[in-house]
Amino acid sequence: MAILVYVEGSEGEIKKSSLEAVSYAAALAKNLNTDVTALVMGSLPADQVELAGKYGASVVLHASDAKLDQAQGEPYASVITAAAEKAGADIVLMAKSSLADSMAGRVAAKLKAGLVTNVVDLPSTDGGFKVKKSIFTGKAFVHAEVKSDKKVLTVSKNAFPASETGGQANVETFEPQLDDSVFRVKVTNTEKASGDILLTEADIVVSGGRGLKGPENWNLVEDLAKALGAATGCSKPVSDLDWRPHHEHVGQTGVKVAPNLYIALGISGAIQHLAGVNSSKVIVVINKDPEAPFFKAADYGIVGDVFDVVPKLTEAVKALR
Amino acid sequence: MKILVCISHVPDTTSKISFTDNDTKLNTSGVQFIIGPYDEYALSRAIELKEGSGGTVTVLNVGEADTEPTIRKALAIGADDAIRVNAAPKDGYFVAQQIAAVAKDGNYDMILMGRESIDYNGGMVHAIVGELLNLPSVSPVMKLDVEGNKAVMNREIEGGKETVEVEMPFIAGCQEPIAEWKIPNMRGIMSARTKPLNVVDPVGTDDVVSFTSYELPPTKGECKMIDASEPEKLVELLKNEAKVL
Repeated sequence: MAILVYVEGSEGEIKKSSLEAVSYAAALAKNLNTDVTALVMGSLPADQVELAGKYGASVVLHASDAKLDQAQGEPYASVITAAAEKAGADIVLMAKSSLADSMAGRVAAKLKAGLVTNVVDLPSTDGGFKVKKSIFTGKAFVHAEVKSDKKVLTVSKNAFPASETGGQANVETFEPQLDDSVFRVKVTNTEKASGDILLTEADIVVSGGRGLKGPENWNLVEDLAKALGAATGCSKPVSDLDWRPHHEHVGQTGVKVAPNLYIALGISGAIQHLAGVNSSKVIVVINKDPEAPFFKAADYGIVGDVFDVVPKLTEAVKALR
Repeated sequence: MKILVCISHVPDTTSKISFTDNDTKLNTSGVQFIIGPYDEYALSRAIELKEGSGGTVTVLNVGEADTEPTIRKALAIGADDAIRVNAAPKDGYFVAQQIAAVAKDGNYDMILMGRESIDYNGGMVHAIVGELLNLPSVSPVMKLDVEGNKAVMNREIEGGKETVEVEMPFIAGCQEPIAEWKIPNMRGIMSARTKPLNVVDPVGTDDVVSFTSYELPPTKGECKMIDASEPEKLVELLKNEAKVL
């Protein structure tokens, strides 16, 4: 059972979640007594292309065609499928991401493979191939049995630690045939907040809710986030009110996050918001309402006015660092 | 314009999730089922497009008879007719194959659905349908306009957005703020009762994934409260106790 893992780059760097997926692949390969081939697409610095080797891949296929610099589901799915065939892979892995969502299904359909997304643990391979996945936006898990010969999995962020093995991969140029028919979606403009920490990749997330009273007070959230090296998020009412952009909306119908530390400022903790953050390792809640339901889901809490507490907290963090 | 909107039938977002039968089935007692929220955004945009330039909106659900109230709500919101594939959805691949079988001869200009269902969060159906029908697919779409024979869409990417263009027909997985949800009015509710709801048999598929048992996350311990006058105490606990700083 050979394994192919797709490694996603962003802004010239391999994403942390993809290194977690490589580590997941390496651990699975060890259980199955096989090797890991990694696939990287588009222009990336050489050290980033080689990086999967440090996390357990023995071969890195680099599809460097300039047409692949723009990540899109359909052409990427074609390249992944071609790479899986080249590597003789029965298992295709990738980190869960917006891009993965747009291509994992296509890869599965091309390979006639069972697809399980949001996987949170290594599969059990005794008597079948069973894997645990997150459902109901983190409110529960299900054990899925994949019965097809070929299998495609997307691995949840922060579900499996990225750990270096000290290995090194052979990097091979990969030039699959790229038919123009797979470039049917034309990108005409891209707007990306450069320099910001990606919410979905962050180790620490600081989110604000209606308790901040207005967008003019968002410096409280941003100052604390900056001191912590954190990404910023918000509750749904805040994005509905256009205080913050939609891509910062954390929750069941927004972005799901699973950082090591999630800090909620002035968010009461509606069940839909909790669903989007309940995979976080540690949750801190600061709210002036002692009855806020979020305190029931939190590890640490402060009952207090965010306008008093947060500046002091930011200073305390700065003093630590 | 001919639009197919695929809707899921899922527990309300406020539902407390639990399981029965030795953790092999969802406990549906007291659970209210709704149109998947992302699917409802797709439906609302489809109705807006129909109201703007004419055409029809057909809703499609893969589900057994108990999903019909959810389908009727979609008709009340403004869909013209509905198709129910009479089968319990097994997994995303199964659902996608049923959708593709219905859609392949339907000459739809676009097939819209939510970016994912909020129960199994698979997020795979739009892409599989796209592959099965050899159509382009775009997700997650937060803005969709039609210009002649092409659609112009904003797709959310991590930390930003892309504007993309694609010729019809295509498939899109949608999310907010693509449209405002529409509240069914009395006239819509009354007319929904008589709109066509066609039930079709499922096509045979390969059984690739099955769900065997469920579990809940471990219960959280008690929240440790820190006095508001001592935020430095919180920092110390996060560093030395929780070890996350």
